Amino acid sequence: MKLELKGITKRFPSVVANEGVDLTVMPGEIHALLGENGAGKSTLMNVLYGLYQPDEGQILIDDLPVQFNGPGDAIAAGIGMVHQHFMLIPVFTVTENIMLGVESTSGPLLALDRDAARKRIVELSEEHGLRVDPDAYIEDLPVGVRQRVEILKTLYRHSNLLVLDEPSAVLTPQEVEDLFEVMRSLARTGTSIIFISHKLNEVQQIADRITVLRRGKVVGSTTPDATDEAELARMMVGRPVQLEVTKSPPTTGDEILTLRGISVLDDRGQLAVNGVDLSVHAGEIVAVAGVHGNGQTELVEAITGLRKLEAGSIELGGDPAPTDPRHVYLAGVGHVPEDRLEEGLVVGFTIAENIILNSYYLQPFASGLAIQLDAVNRVSSELVREYDVRTPSVQNDVGNLSGGNQQKVIVAREFSRPLKLLVAAQPTRGLDVGSIEYIHKRIVAKRDEGTAVLIVSTELEEILSLGDRIAVMYQGRIVDILDPFEATPERLGLLMGGAHPEEGVVPEPVAS
Amino acid sequence: MSIQTQPPDPPPVTEAPKAERAGLRERLLGGARQLVVPVLSLFTALLIGAVVIILSDPVFIAKVGSNPGAALGAGISSVGGAYSGLLAGALGNPFKDITPVTETLLRATPLIFAGLAVALGFRAGLFNIGAEGQIYIGALFATAVGINFPDLPLLIHLPLAVVAGFVGGAVYGFVPGILKARTGAHEVITTIMLNYVSYLIVDLALRQVFFQLPGRDDPVSKFIVPSAILPRLLADERLHWGLILALVAAVAVWWLLFRSTKGFEFRAVGLNPSGARYAGININRTVVVTMMISGGLAGLAGASEILGTNLRLTPGFSPHWGFDAIAIALLGASRPVGVVFAAILFGALRAGATPMQAQTGIPIDLVVVIQGLVIMFIAAPGLVRTIYRIRVAKTTGTEIFSKGWGA
Repeated sequence: MKLELKGITKRFPSVVANEGVDLTVMPGEIHALLGENGAGKSTLMNVLYGLYQPDEGQILIDDLPVQFNGPGDAIAAGIGMVHQHFMLIPVFTVTENIMLGVESTSGPLLALDRDAARKRIVELSEEHGLRVDPDAYIEDLPVGVRQRVEILKTLYRHSNLLVLDEPSAVLTPQEVEDLFEVMRSLARTGTSIIFISHKLNEVQQIADRITVLRRGKVVGSTTPDATDEAELARMMVGRPVQLEVTKSPPTTGDEILTLRGISVLDDRGQLAVNGVDLSVHAGEIVAVAGVHGNGQTELVEAITGLRKLEAGSIELGGDPAPTDPRHVYLAGVGHVPEDRLEEGLVVGFTIAENIILNSYYLQPFASGLAIQLDAVNRVSSELVREYDVRTPSVQNDVGNLSGGNQQKVIVAREFSRPLKLLVAAQPTRGLDVGSIEYIHKRIVAKRDEGTAVLIVSTELEEILSLGDRIAVMYQGRIVDILDPFEATPERLGLLMGGAHPEEGVVPEPVAS
Repeated sequence: MSIQTQPPDPPPVTEAPKAERAGLRERLLGGARQLVVPVLSLFTALLIGAVVIILSDPVFIAKVGSNPGAALGAGISSVGGAYSGLLAGALGNPFKDITPVTETLLRATPLIFAGLAVALGFRAGLFNIGAEGQIYIGALFATAVGINFPDLPLLIHLPLAVVAGFVGGAVYGFVPGILKARTGAHEVITTIMLNYVSYLIVDLALRQVFFQLPGRDDPVSKFIVPSAILPRLLADERLHWGLILALVAAVAVWWLLFRSTKGFEFRAVGLNPSGARYAGININRTVVVTMMISGGLAGLAGASEILGTNLRLTPGFSPHWGFDAIAIALLGASRPVGVVFAAILFGALRAGATPMQAQTGIPIDLVVVIQGLVIMFIAAPGLVRTIYRIRVAKTTGTEIFSKGWGA
């Protein structure tokens, strides 16, 4: 399918989300759409998918103008969308999920014809190397496989233009490779692909053509051969960006955090952390790598007092660590939680209220029962300025900020006091290049002050650029601890996928 | 290089002064925006109420087949009659006769207390449907103090009786609170059931010698002794100091919610329990404390009614204030000032209903219809926005009143 977006403009009451955007995707082309959060990528795709009507401009498919009044029209025209958050029903099988909404039936009672659907699914999956068991239940499948189901869903509906929204965010490096194979296979058979990402290396690797958006406008269109990552970053952000974190070798001090054989259960009562030993010293960054869901979340929650230990012990500066969040905070532990909207912030509270979220009862913010608004506003205004949170006022609801600015609010709150230990889980998830650069700098600065830092991340680049020591977590265990110089992306990828450190052999995937 | 790019953006400039102004403007706009849905809900409810009046008008029904024009005219004139009767009953002519206004405020008084109770719960993410039961138990406690100690001075006896009302409600709010904290029992279920329990507790208590009016077989309490009666505000009107207490309670709840560390905890738990837990707030304790204060406020509604208006406790003395309170909290957007105005509105509807029926023959139930419609539209803001084509403002989260069943 050839798709042309011509002069798309979409205005919202306070912002122009897209301004005269032109985008042409040729048949069989993998077209990367690059831009920071808030650059207008999502708006543009929502216009394409019929969720928004553009104020100006038009959409042409195979040179014919079309109008989409809803996703139904877009799907009928052959556009398929794979969202970042999957739209699958966990207790349905792969086949049932794929046929949902376009059910094939047989007989006068309109019985579901699963066999016919199953047959087509098998054909499609073989054609494009999308290995999936059509009878498996979604809840039993790993994330990478679920994504294949989403892609199959669009192919089943005869899509010949696929929009993939940040598809690699949840995948292991190996799964990303598999995904790229599938994308290439689809492109070979004439399917066009719009690949939304802000990972520059992936864009360089897979795209035929790259279009960069900034502040709702197209700032440039290029090819991987004609550019490099630094250039792309500059186009996205509008200024030169330092992609590599510069840091001096660590000067380590005393052991601050000591984990001795800790085991932790997850919400379902399964053993999520299984006998982990780990230590973090003052002035060093220990980075825990691993695919999401291998116990890192529970590990962080155990350290920060949000989850109780089943076995083992945690020491903080040589003493037994407190076991509830309030006393962990008071002991000098900063915590940047994994999910900023779920845990790190209270949406509906102002920025000022979020700044004092875990110190609201302490001087100078409170005296007795009364909150001292003057102190709250003064301190939060100072922090907002110091940590460069872009907002008209600290009285603004934190929910109205962009992801990067929300994360800066958390960083301002957690970094602005003397810390013994900093625990940061996914500190830059979903952030744009500029914000990532900023937060990385702040983390390194905290380390250089002599704080012990524990980072948990699923982003290899982040692990490699920040970690002074790198621990790899797989199925609740620390499988290896590496020095940065011996940790290549390939080696980390293998370890994260469950290869034994000595043998370097990948076991068979759990389900495929 | 084959890249067509625009020049890079200039470095971001700090926009401090402009920004501050934008913040203030935003807040004022935000305040006005919050009034849009309640006001339009009331307007729509009155409009639909008018349709109900027309359709049930006997003249309209009789003539609609033969002379639709005359039928509609009759219908419209009875709408006019009904609403002007309602208004006259609620306000009268304040310059000539203050009584209708004071009656409206008298009826608003328990609604303010109970509305504050429900609103406080909403702020902490709790759906306290049990205000009705807490009103009864509060009234029972206040009665227990109010019918005894005839020799105490008013300055000691009256506060004691009022506090007893608060304590009674708080005890009765503690039960669902602790059940939720300890066992996860959903407060909607437990409070609804405890309402029934409260009716029977009151009925049983009033048949005991301690409470029962001597010489009576039915459940009626002794009379409140003079030293525990809330004094009247004006010599010839029934309106009493309960109204002043209710307004003080509204200010106190506002301070508690928005200026105290406890309120910070309540609101954090209400908006995002996992965020509150992360911040080191004890959620279970917050749930129990909130339910106790909420119950206490509802208990004050019962106390003020018994000590100021009824002067003795009977079963069924509350015409479902505890349920109207839910509507009032919603209409008032869980803000104390909003609750006060919503309670006065509901008080006016109640006060105006009887004169309306007397003058026009339109049943009092019309008021219930209007109240019900207001609640429906408030609960479905999307409906109001669709009807009046209001663009959805950015969600601020403050519109979330309570968590669903899964909590």
